[in-house]
Amino acid sequence: MSVGEPFLDVHDLKVEFPTEDGIVSAVDGVSFSVQKGKTLAIVGESGSGKSVTSQAVMGLINRKTAKLSGEVRLDGEELLTASTEQVRSLRGKRMAMIFQDPLSSLHPFYSIGKQLAEAVLVHQDVSKSAAMEQARQMLDRVGIPNPERRIKDYPHNLSGGMRQRVMIAMALLNSPELLIADEPTTALDVTVQAQILNLLRDLQKEFGTAIVLITHDLGVVADMADDVVVMYGGRIVERGGIDDIFYAPEMPYTWGLLGSVPRMDVGRGARLEPIPGQPPSLIRLPKGCVFRPRCPYHELVPGNRCDVERPDLLPVTPDHAVRCHLEPAQRKEIAIERLGAQAGQVAAPSSSGSAGSGGAVGSSGMEAQ
Amino acid sequence: MTVVDESGTSKALRREDALLRVDQVQKYFPITGGGVLKRKVGDVRAVESISFDIIPGETLGIVGESGCGKSTAGRTVMKLLDPTGGKIEFEGRDITHLSRKEMVPLRREMQMIFQDPYSSLNPRHTVGSIISAPFKVQGVKPARGVQAEVQDLMARVGLNPEHYNRYPNEFSGGQRQRIGIARAIALRPKLIVCDEPVSALDVSIQAQVVNLLEDLQDEFRLAYIFIAHDLSVVRHISDRIAVMYLGRIMEIADAEKIYTSPRHPYTHALTAAVPLPDPRTERKRERILLEGDLPSPINPPSGCVFRTRCPKAQDLCAEEIPLLRELAPDHFGACHFPEEKHLIPVATV
Ligand SMILES: Nc1ncnc2c1ncn2[C@@H]1O[C@H](COP(=O)(O)OP(=O)(O)OP(=O)(O)O)[C@@H](O)[C@H]1O
Ligand SMILES: Nc1ncnc2c1ncn2[C@@H]1O[C@H](COP(=O)(O)OP(=O)(O)O)[C@@H](O)[C@H]1O
Ligand code: SF4
Ligand code: SF4
Ligand SMILES: [Mg+2]
Ligand SMILES: [Mg+2]
Repeated sequence: MSVGEPFLDVHDLKVEFPTEDGIVSAVDGVSFSVQKGKTLAIVGESGSGKSVTSQAVMGLINRKTAKLSGEVRLDGEELLTASTEQVRSLRGKRMAMIFQDPLSSLHPFYSIGKQLAEAVLVHQDVSKSAAMEQARQMLDRVGIPNPERRIKDYPHNLSGGMRQRVMIAMALLNSPELLIADEPTTALDVTVQAQILNLLRDLQKEFGTAIVLITHDLGVVADMADDVVVMYGGRIVERGGIDDIFYAPEMPYTWGLLGSVPRMDVGRGARLEPIPGQPPSLIRLPKGCVFRPRCPYHELVPGNRCDVERPDLLPVTPDHAVRCHLEPAQRKEIAIERLGAQAGQVAAPSSSGSAGSGGAVGSSGMEAQ
Repeated sequence: MTVVDESGTSKALRREDALLRVDQVQKYFPITGGGVLKRKVGDVRAVESISFDIIPGETLGIVGESGCGKSTAGRTVMKLLDPTGGKIEFEGRDITHLSRKEMVPLRREMQMIFQDPYSSLNPRHTVGSIISAPFKVQGVKPARGVQAEVQDLMARVGLNPEHYNRYPNEFSGGQRQRIGIARAIALRPKLIVCDEPVSALDVSIQAQVVNLLEDLQDEFRLAYIFIAHDLSVVRHISDRIAVMYLGRIMEIADAEKIYTSPRHPYTHALTAAVPLPDPRTERKRERILLEGDLPSPINPPSGCVFRTRCPKAQDLCAEEIPLLRELAPDHFGACHFPEEKHLIPVATV
């Protein structure tokens, strides 16, 4: 997140849902930005606020039932205060979204050709047959065999992977400049996931799309992202370039995540290091650090600060920010101990320490102890 | 290379001390036409032919894409479904045609854990009665009483024993999976079939449950059949791995070999498709992109079932079904043109 104006700029976003049990603070003070041609990954466990964040950006949160504040700028234009019509005219044209479950965004009773053509007609002044032709071309582009036959099919006639491709086709019809993909491959098999990720990469190269990719799969993040935001309990707990997060993470929750994933390139014998306990309820959040109930390091912070004071998200380098009361030197030391000698040695100009030979966190550390 | 008997099973799939032996097991689901007569019009060939064995204390991973028949295979070898063909032996005894009632005593030895921790527990039963159900079914009376025994089990799997009288909806997904595990180990079985036991859980909770399963295995010398689509979890937990595709085993070998020197084109594609949580490695990895999806098990391709997506397919592949044969010592594959490949970079330790 360096040179150039960000295409999407989210600042201090807050989303609260009043419910019978109390106020759900789903997203609190979230800020990030994405440039054209770049991919930002948002990672976190279920309930951490990833989907609500993306829905807020897309203007999909019902303001009658939720309280929103902060700023969301698309190419400089403020969206949170914009009228519903204004946001609707941007959606599908300059920004589009793909969801985990394609059936939720495809209508069961209309052929996919009709639905795709409809999406063209909303934003472009073209004839019906020209819209249908665009639909056919886009299906071809996303790798659907026999598109001229497939446009007559209904969503339930397609396999999961094909439906996902249809939804991507729908999202890309009007060449949006921003694409938000919420767990786009979570429901798919790895072979199909590889096809879809490849497709997203190709399209990004061709059109310079800015992509926000929401996922809980650290492999997908490693494969796709330029920058990463780690969310926990509705907040960003760490943010940085891809190498910062994988090779020099500084937040106990990020360490926990990296230690929890089994790796296909590591054989048997390496024991996983799970995060103890459960993710927090967003209604009764702990008073101090949101991660405090599951954090093994709070005792290293003097004066009970982890219990009473919310840590701020503070920069450690211009591109890397961490929300934790531990001293930076302490964090680097623990990271090296937990994640291996390479931690803290990212070959980035902004980081301290000599450039390490590399090797990922999990492989270089977890089983070495 | 030894081509084994016609059936495609081999000596190495017939280890002397096998706990469970599965020989060309088949499971079809009939498709009936509409109308009153419900005439049979075809079959879903969910499991066409699978053969493997498993020894005490061992974990066999079964991987493959959605719909390839993993769950059906698991349920059939557990005799929760009636096999259409083949033979299943447990501790040397042929159990293929045992009735439900005849299977009851054997349930002490073989148990199952399911993917969905929400639907596999009866919401109207307390945790105590769910975990103690196997005692009731088997007429077992623990020496110290049912409640004490169940509370021990709860503590063993990391649940608070004081929650004995709570209902499943008061527990999180990970905790419900622990309830299912406690129920499965209650009678100290020798074999547990785990069908996607951690797939529905968040990564941090998934790691807790994986570690628990490993600890219980060491403690009780359990054998696991571990079914999952996540190849990373499977490598982590398995001794041996069977790769399934459209109702058949494509390759079966030591876990290490499946990942470091796979020989079947499908295993190559499957392992190459998994992104590693290591950006530097990802940037330079070789990709093998398969086209299309799994074909329908109602009308599988002739010859090799993988041929419609296989980058190496030739004429022979459409004509002749490749038998599962020993391609290297203790390494079995079903392919006419196998080739050893090294696709996963060795992690730098
Ligand atoms: N009771 C049934 N009646 C008819 N077809 C069935 C039945 N159960 C499973 N099938 C079919 O058999 C095939 C194999 O299904 P199975 O559930 O074993 O796959 P799986 O490998 O476990 O998939 P997943 O990874 O999605 O769980 C599928 O085509 C499925 O639709
Ligand atoms: N419409 C709503 N009303 C009340 N709570 C909601 C609503 N939508 C989401 N939430 C809550 O907000 C939190 C974050 O949800 P979400 O963004 O969907 O998480 P995830 O990171 O899994 O995508 C969760 O606790 C969820 O239950
Ligand atoms: S602020 Fe305290 S409790 Fe929170 S992550 Fe840092 S050390 Fe742990
Ligand atoms: S038998 Fe032919 S089609 Fe099948 S996996 Fe081998 S090369 Fe591919
Ligand atoms: Mg979500
Ligand atoms: Mg299944």
